[in-house]
Amino acid sequence: MPEKRIRVLIAKPGLDGHDRGAKIIARALRDAGMEVIYTGLRQTPEMIASAAVQEDVDVIGLSILSGAHNTLVPQLLDLLKQKGMSDVTVLLGGTIPEADIAGLKKAGVAEIFLPGTSTQDIVDFVRGRK
Amino acid sequence: MPRREAGEKSSERAFEFTTVSGYPIRGLYSSADLTGWDPDRDLGSPGAPPYTRGIHPAMYRSRLWTMRQFAGFGSAQDTNKRFRYLLSQGQAGLSAAFDLPTLMGYDSDHSLAEGEVGKCGVAISSLADMEALFDQIPLGNVSTSMTINSPAAILWAMYLAVAEKQGVDWKYLAGTLQNDILKEYIAQKEYIYPPKPSMRLVIDTIEFGARHTPKFNPISISGYHIREAGSTAIQELAFTLRDGIEYVEWGIRRGLAVDDFAPALSFFFNAHNDFFEEITKYRAARRIWYKTMTERFGSKLARSSALRFHAQTAGCSLTAQQPYNNVVRTALQALAAVMGGAQSLHTNSLDEAWALPTEFAATLALRTQQILAHETGVANTVDPLGGSYFVETLTNEMEEAAWKYIRKIDEMGGMIPAIEQGYPQREIADASYRYQVSVDRKEKIIVGVNKFTGEESPIEILRIDESVRAQQSMHLKKLRSERSNDEVARQLTSLRKAAQGTENLMPHIYAAVKAYATLGEICDSLREVFGTHEEVSVT
Repeated sequence: MPEKRIRVLIAKPGLDGHDRGAKIIARALRDAGMEVIYTGLRQTPEMIASAAVQEDVDVIGLSILSGAHNTLVPQLLDLLKQKGMSDVTVLLGGTIPEADIAGLKKAGVAEIFLPGTSTQDIVDFVRGRK
Repeated sequence: MPRREAGEKSSERAFEFTTVSGYPIRGLYSSADLTGWDPDRDLGSPGAPPYTRGIHPAMYRSRLWTMRQFAGFGSAQDTNKRFRYLLSQGQAGLSAAFDLPTLMGYDSDHSLAEGEVGKCGVAISSLADMEALFDQIPLGNVSTSMTINSPAAILWAMYLAVAEKQGVDWKYLAGTLQNDILKEYIAQKEYIYPPKPSMRLVIDTIEFGARHTPKFNPISISGYHIREAGSTAIQELAFTLRDGIEYVEWGIRRGLAVDDFAPALSFFFNAHNDFFEEITKYRAARRIWYKTMTERFGSKLARSSALRFHAQTAGCSLTAQQPYNNVVRTALQALAAVMGGAQSLHTNSLDEAWALPTEFAATLALRTQQILAHETGVANTVDPLGGSYFVETLTNEMEEAAWKYIRKIDEMGGMIPAIEQGYPQREIADASYRYQVSVDRKEKIIVGVNKFTGEESPIEILRIDESVRAQQSMHLKKLRSERSNDEVARQLTSLRKAAQGTENLMPHIYAAVKAYATLGEICDSLREVFGTHEEVSVT
């Protein structure tokens, strides 16, 4: 009986245009057998939450290199809660100061992947979560 | 692990040695690799065609490269302070980094600016902010580079207005506008408008500059960002120069004589880890540009075909782990840029992967250049590696490979059709994925990341206060109440009308800026006429 494929939304919140990492992760997860939807650039938290509902995803991967994470991530988590999507696993990568990690995890981010993380570690984490 | 056939003996550490870009490197280079190579034709003297060895006869013996550190964060006052600090520490020219709302043509109080104001660079919403940015900085004596693309014409108009207020004749203004919209679609992704109106704006600035600001580079045709997005060195070289070709073609189509605007075109390359790949990339760039300008475009002035470039050490190569290793990486990358003949250089700070630079990290980055210039002896002679079998062979190979890409894009009808077809974007996405796979497999080692790892201890980093947005919002409210809103409305109407036609928009933008129309208001007026661009993502 084939297992249902894990559905992942890879999103770029805010104005940040650095998409190298997001695109690599999207491809790596796809190569690992997951269904991946990449939102493209400059998504508001509303757009990401709507896409997550529409695509009925299991995981959301956020990429933020702009320093806007403390504003955008809590906004997104709030919207997910409002839409009844609190059981979606939310992951974050990018330029995230060490000191901000605990607060973001407390707010509901499952894991934060810093620069230098291997794609295999991310694949394993996503598989392990679901 | 190195790939090896079963039973095969090898005395080398790996089955294959490649550059950071994946280009194969042989064990030894000799005169046999240079059959047919003619030093008079292919090398020339520095300051003479084909400029392989450099664009000036004496290069750093007569003048060191400009130490131009990219800086910007928080409010105009914050950045002004950092600018004046860096100048006091021996920096030769300024380089301004703007925040994302500014880069994307939004005022600091726009809803999309929430959480973003002052985080990646300085927030500039109006001429008032620009005046504060250059407070106590004489624009007649200090050159400034501005990393701004879609709204470049507007930020430039603000800069010109500040110069006018300071009583500086525009004839003497020196500096650079990045203003390279093609690479935005390809790599940096800070586009607002669609390609054709965006190119119109770029050519407007080039035309305006040719007439009014002879010492100012209206464009910095960039490969840095293409490389940061994950391209190979050859792709960086080829796509940058093909972008240059595109701008020259559009300039000529505008009716400008090539020698009237080509001398002011400048370039911007990455200085990545692979020492010799980078040096040969710069040498090949000069030779390709010389051939292109003289043969393809018939330029006659030496300055039209002598490629001038700024280099920045590779941000993407710096690690979050063991950040002090980054000081070493940056120093070696800077050395490559200098050995390759850069006119101007920015060295990254050790905390690149974590935040914008602290004052300490920014100072150390500047000292890196100063040590290079004054203690290593590499600035004592021109093109010290010239004549090396390896360097000359690799220069030839880089050039040959780049021409293949340039011809391919020519066959596609030019860079805009190529971008519309997603061609450079796909090349970059594939190259970046290949690189990541090789790192994950430990075929490429990154010290401190996939080998020689250790216990990490956090470093002190720069934090931008969230209050910058609130402060900016207050200033904007005050600005809008104190200026003549009638005058602003008049100027914006006039701008919109001109944008629908074909006249040069710079005078209109300048008038709007002087009336204290905000960046967002001017960009929105142009959004109404030009529309906005959305890319089809290539993963």
